[in-house]
Amino acid sequence: MPQRILVTGYGIISSIGNTVQECYQSMIAGVPGIGRICNIDTVLRDELIVGEVKRTLPELLDMAGIEPEEGYSRNTVLGIIASSEAFHHARLHENRQLRTGLISATTVGGMDRCELFYNDFLTNETRNAYIDSYDCADSTERIASRLNLTDFITTISTACSSAANAILLGARLIQSGKLDRVLAGGCESLTKFHLNGFNSLKILDQKPCRPFDKNRAGINLGEGSAYLVLESEESQKITGNKPICELKGWGNACEAFHQTASSPDGVGAYLAMKKALELSGLKAADIDYINAHGTGTDNNDISEGKAIETLFGNRIPMVSSTKQFTGHTTSAAGSIEAILSILCLEHQVIWPNLNFSEKIDELNFLPVTRLITGEPVCAVMSNSFGFGGNDTSLIFTKI
Amino acid sequence: MRQFITAYTLIDGFKCMVNGRLLFYQENILTFADFIKALYKQEQVNYPKFYKMDALGKLGFIASELLLRNKDIKSYPPELTGVVLSNSSSSLDTDIAHNETIRNREHYFPSPSVFVYTLPNIVIGEICIRNGIKGENAFLVSESFNSELIAGYVTDLFSRELVKGCLCGWIEVLGNRCEAFLAWVENQADVAETKPGPFNPVPFDAEHLKLLKNQNDR
Amino acid sequence: MEELIEKLKKEVIEQLNLEDIKPEDINPDSPLFGEGLGLDSIDALELIVLLEKNYGIKIEDPKDGKKIFFSIRSMAEYITANKK
Repeated sequence: MPQRILVTGYGIISSIGNTVQECYQSMIAGVPGIGRICNIDTVLRDELIVGEVKRTLPELLDMAGIEPEEGYSRNTVLGIIASSEAFHHARLHENRQLRTGLISATTVGGMDRCELFYNDFLTNETRNAYIDSYDCADSTERIASRLNLTDFITTISTACSSAANAILLGARLIQSGKLDRVLAGGCESLTKFHLNGFNSLKILDQKPCRPFDKNRAGINLGEGSAYLVLESEESQKITGNKPICELKGWGNACEAFHQTASSPDGVGAYLAMKKALELSGLKAADIDYINAHGTGTDNNDISEGKAIETLFGNRIPMVSSTKQFTGHTTSAAGSIEAILSILCLEHQVIWPNLNFSEKIDELNFLPVTRLITGEPVCAVMSNSFGFGGNDTSLIFTKI
Repeated sequence: MRQFITAYTLIDGFKCMVNGRLLFYQENILTFADFIKALYKQEQVNYPKFYKMDALGKLGFIASELLLRNKDIKSYPPELTGVVLSNSSSSLDTDIAHNETIRNREHYFPSPSVFVYTLPNIVIGEICIRNGIKGENAFLVSESFNSELIAGYVTDLFSRELVKGCLCGWIEVLGNRCEAFLAWVENQADVAETKPGPFNPVPFDAEHLKLLKNQNDR
Repeated sequence: MEELIEKLKKEVIEQLNLEDIKPEDINPDSPLFGEGLGLDSIDALELIVLLEKNYGIKIEDPKDGKKIFFSIRSMAEYITANKK
């Protein structure tokens, strides 16, 4: 019998709140964090709306207790804030004899500062501290050093499934006996780099995004960071942490269809969800809620919807996307949405799929359009799919 | 069941070796672009999409082609075939190219075909598309080749029966500096069934990965 | 028009990195997408960039691309009609 993986801590910062509690309040109140671009000087400022964390970099540094001249990118500071919340929640500073890993996901790395200073790095030495911050792994190492984690550190970068893969790898390392507990998640700040890139792909909606709606027109990008603390049962006996839920299943598959587009039948999404379900030992009918990848692009929602129909047949669980609240936080989406899914288990609620008006012709099911309370929620699935066809699905269950 | 490396490609300094045999080296080649195109032409790969890939995509694609073309990887179910790669610069080479298209307001033409390659795992997507691979795929970024991490990750995939065959290694490009090391890993039983080839399988572990990758340095 | 068609062929080959294809291989009336050149959705977006960069023509809705980029000739006709 493989080790059970218990979730014993979490932390989050996103456009809807700077802590798990704040994000929960926004979700319950149905208040999205999407709005005008405030923190980035970009030509797209007046065209796009995004899910920004409502703090400037100096304010974030202040929150995290970091001196401004130390060369921290916005991305790293978001990571530090969310990981610290999870770290303290599960009291990782205690019981240091337990082997504790950090697996952090990001794709933009330190781009947010480097793209500002790139043109004069050669002539202006005062910004040299930022050069090293460009690498994706730099944010992970800075988080590890702030939290004094040394047993195992790695960085995952697989586009928009990155943070879900960090959680998957964390669970595996615990099950294989290499680690006792893992801080796993991701961080991603908005940058001109990927705002312009996604815009060139013409998949950004200038209005609030409308996942699973017939008239959906694309993504609202977002930023944020979130981390879970995963523990083995033995570790949890030592720490005495109260388990929030169990990470029961996980699966990853490659779609092998196109560099960025999903296949019309969603074979990659189907395989990832199927693997996660098989590993969990649950039946399809046991899944109460799917927190969909649901980006709001024409392509994703049909592809994912078809995959859900293939796997669940005529007994489709309640489905919603929460990207209307947070924006698509790309490499952090996997862990941000994992926490939003876990909140459903904890508080016995199901999040509404905002901005919905009309069903997609090609799909046979409707997303959940209002906040559901008073129905039992025992098992939730959280999907994260990335460019490159990297698809991951996670299943969490109530203890 | 134990796993074995049954084929590998090594590309370093515009030199390409497959299973320890020198396949390509031309002294007068100075750029990565010339090198990879000459290698593509020499090996008659014939995959027009190759030209659309970024440098990392081209390097990983060619390395995997040379490795897999003599392997019957289709005998494994696509869902049980995996790809686990790593490097140190992520997609920096293409990140720079994308940044060039947006940094100047007078010449602001972000290119979708450049942007899609600003992710390190797109090279895995290319390899999977070419070979119909649908199993687990991961891209890990570390300062140098971490043979322990790759061996550990892939061995775990085998022991969980998530893969029956797996491509793993290191694909790094930045400007004209390139380095690729790809190994094809499969189970002992499957190896026994294949006829002896030009390369004698070696046990799959961190030590052999390191040994094969660093043989040029000796 | 014929001059523009020849120019466009070269530009399309360059913009889309169709290294193995020569201008004379492209029939100006054949469909660009589907079979033939093996172009995909990213190539369609790249053609939008080409029109903007080389001809100053902006296409806002990528869905309009379907008609405009049907063939080299339809592209040439669109450019002639919309060039500033």
